[in-house]
Order: sequence, then C-alpha cells, then structure tokens
Amino acid sequence: MECREVLDRLTPFLDNELDPVASREVSRHLESCPTCAAAFARQKQLSETMRHGLEYQRAPELLRARVLRDVRAAGRGDAARAPRATGLAWRWVSVAASLVVVTGGVWLATSLPYMAARDGVIREAVSSHVRSLMANHLTDVASTDQHTVKPWFAGKLDFSPPVTDFAAAGDSLVGGRLDYLQGRTVAALVYRHRKHTINVFVWPDAHEAASIAATRQGFHVILEKHAGMAYCIVSDLNPIELAAFARKFTAAGAPPR
Amino acid sequence: MPPVTHEQAPDPAGAHGYLSRREMDRFNECVLPYLDAAYNLAHYLIRDPHEAEDAVQEAFLRAIRHFAGFRGVDGRTWLLSIVRNTCFTQLRRRRSGANTIEFEEQMHSGDEQAGPETDLAHTIAVERLHEGLGQLAAEFREVLVLRELEGLSYKEIADVAGVPIGTVMSRLARARKQLSVVLAVQPGEGA
Repeated sequence: MECREVLDRLTPFLDNELDPVASREVSRHLESCPTCAAAFARQKQLSETMRHGLEYQRAPELLRARVLRDVRAAGRGDAARAPRATGLAWRWVSVAASLVVVTGGVWLATSLPYMAARDGVIREAVSSHVRSLMANHLTDVASTDQHTVKPWFAGKLDFSPPVTDFAAAGDSLVGGRLDYLQGRTVAALVYRHRKHTINVFVWPDAHEAASIAATRQGFHVILEKHAGMAYCIVSDLNPIELAAFARKFTAAGAPPR
Repeated sequence: MPPVTHEQAPDPAGAHGYLSRREMDRFNECVLPYLDAAYNLAHYLIRDPHEAEDAVQEAFLRAIRHFAGFRGVDGRTWLLSIVRNTCFTQLRRRRSGANTIEFEEQMHSGDEQAGPETDLAHTIAVERLHEGLGQLAAEFREVLVLRELEGLSYKEIADVAGVPIGTVMSRLARARKQLSVVLAVQPGEGA
C-alpha cells in the first residue's frame, strides 16, 4: 500500500472499521513508514484525549423526572388513543404468530428446554440491569473497596461472591446489591468502565457450560459458568471490551470457600 | 415516516394516552434506558444545559408519539436519531449567533495529508477541549460524540445521522482534523 492509500484509511483503521485484509496492510505499512506512523499516532492521541477528557453528560435528575412523568402520562387514558394503532399492532401480532407456528415446530422439539432456561436468565438479568439504572437503585453498598463490599454480602447470601476491584485496568468497582434472578437471591456487583455501568450477577451453579454471549434490547450479555459459580454480565459497553472484562473477572478467581 | 398521527390528541404539547400498557412496558425497556445517551448527545450538540434538557424532553415526546411505528431492535439509535433531529432543528432556529466554523461536507484536497498541525500537548486542559469542540460545526461534534463517547460503530452512527457510512467516515476524518488544528492554535490566537 502506498502512503496516500494508507493515509486515506487511517480513520477507519483507528476505529476498527477496516476489513481484516486492509487492516493488516495498513499495520504493516505503519511499521515501516515513520511519516504515516506519526500521522496515525496523532490521530490516536486525539481520540484518546477526547475519550478521557470529555465528560459523559448524564441526564440531570430533574430532566429524568420530567421524562418519566411524560412516559407515565402517555401510558394513561388508553381510551383516548387512536384505535388504528392497536389494529395495526394486532395485525403484526397475527403475522408474527403464524411465523412462529411454521418455524417454531422444528426448533421447539430440538432445543427448547435448554435454551428457554438460559434465555430466561438473560432476559431477567437485562431487566434487572435496566431497573438498577432507572430506579436509582444501583447499589445497596456503595464502595470502591472490595474489602467493604465482600463482607457486606456475608450473612445475606449462602455463598461468597468473588469481589475484585479492577480500577487499575479501567474497570472500577462501584458497589454491590442483592438482586433476584430465576427465583433466587443473587449477588449483583456493579462496575464502571469509562462511562458504562456493568452489572455482574453471581450465584452458585454446579453445572459447567460453555460461555454464551447475547444481545438483548441493545445490551450485551455474557453468561459464564466457572468453578461452581454462574456469572451473568450485562452492560451497554461494546461486546469486545465486555468480553475482555468477563475474562478478567472470571480469571480473578474461583471463589474462596 | 411517522405512521400514526394524532391530530386531535387531548394534550397537544404532551403525549397523553399514546401508549398502551404493553407499549409502555416495551418503551421502558427499549428506549428509556438511553436517556443518558440522549442527554449526552443533546448537551454536546446544543452546548447549553437548559436548552439541551428541553430538547431531550421534546425528543422523548416525539419518541412516545411515534413509538407505535418503531419496529426496529435498536432503541438506542432510534432514540438518538430523534434527539439529533430535534437538536438540529433547535440549532437552525438560533443559527444567527453561532460562531462555529462553517460546515462543508466536501473534502478539500490535502485534508487527509499528514498535516502541518503540531503535535498536541500531552495533556490538553478539559476546558480547551470543550472550547475547541464548540468551534466545530454541529455535524462534526455529532460524529465525534457518537464515536468517542457513545462508542457507536459507523453503521450505527449512519443510522442516527441518516447519512451513508462513507459520509460518517469522511466526517469523522474531517472532524478530527479540524479539532486538532483548532487545539494546536494557542488560546487567544485563534478566532
């Protein structure tokens, strides 16, 4: 690749949006061309400066209250709403239902019991994650100190969740709370990665299973079972960084018993 | 595009009675969690906290009114596209006083060369960064915020801004270029 072509591709290269072949060619060129490498370093530095220097602006409480009020008002007075919309919705339901009948039969017979169980966990975990962000109930114990958070769970749970702070690696512990998944009490550990909140739900589970990654309602979920514990990790963080967090979290330890 | 119109709504400014119970649950699940993302984008586009709050509230009202027509899976890009349209309308209304560098979609030749911009100091004061960002056209701030703070892919940014992916790429390239030039100018020197 010529310098000209490389310079044209620096932006998507920086953003991981180049196809693998082009991406390899660009990195090979950067290794041998100091001029292009310097241009790339400048772009990368600017991008990192923005990521770290610009504050993610969270919605002020008053705005949250205004929006929630509007949503509640929108949910009232079903009588006032145009019946057309409902008609349309029902038409979609019937189309969807017939599709389910046709394709569902085969799928049901083969994989339903297993998938339904793990789907239930994922769905409930995402709902809990959303609730924890909305209701201002992120943590029962707010502390960045793992030696405060871990003992807090003792006496409230019949197991001891692993609690490690990864602040040095960019994932700082925010706190913990009790939550419910699949009818049992679980530990919820809360981390923050840059501006993203990560909920880690932990409960004992003797069955070993391969790790599963899923996306629900725009949230990314990783379900891991490891050394007698199940971990369900939920966040709006991008899947790549979330997977890196999951690896770190499960590697940080089989829970001491 | 909006599939349902409600001319004779009881509360023309609000969205009273627009959602069925089930739709409200779905709205709470798919759209409401992105309130922070909505405010973050509005804040950086409009650059006035109060006006940004108003824009976000207005955007949510629009989202509620048009929710029956939302068939997608990604509530975040759907909401953010409504937020950005609301913000751009608001910005256009007060365009007069803006002291931003004029927005041009076209690349100038030489824009992509390893430019003469000096190396950025290792630490740029946060205020300088905000100030520099403020000098860029809203179209450039938009792609930078969606990419660097919201972490969206080019495809997702394209969905939000309603432009092709190639345009997202060239806007990002130009936005970064302009920002680095603006930041390289010593405070007080530039416009």
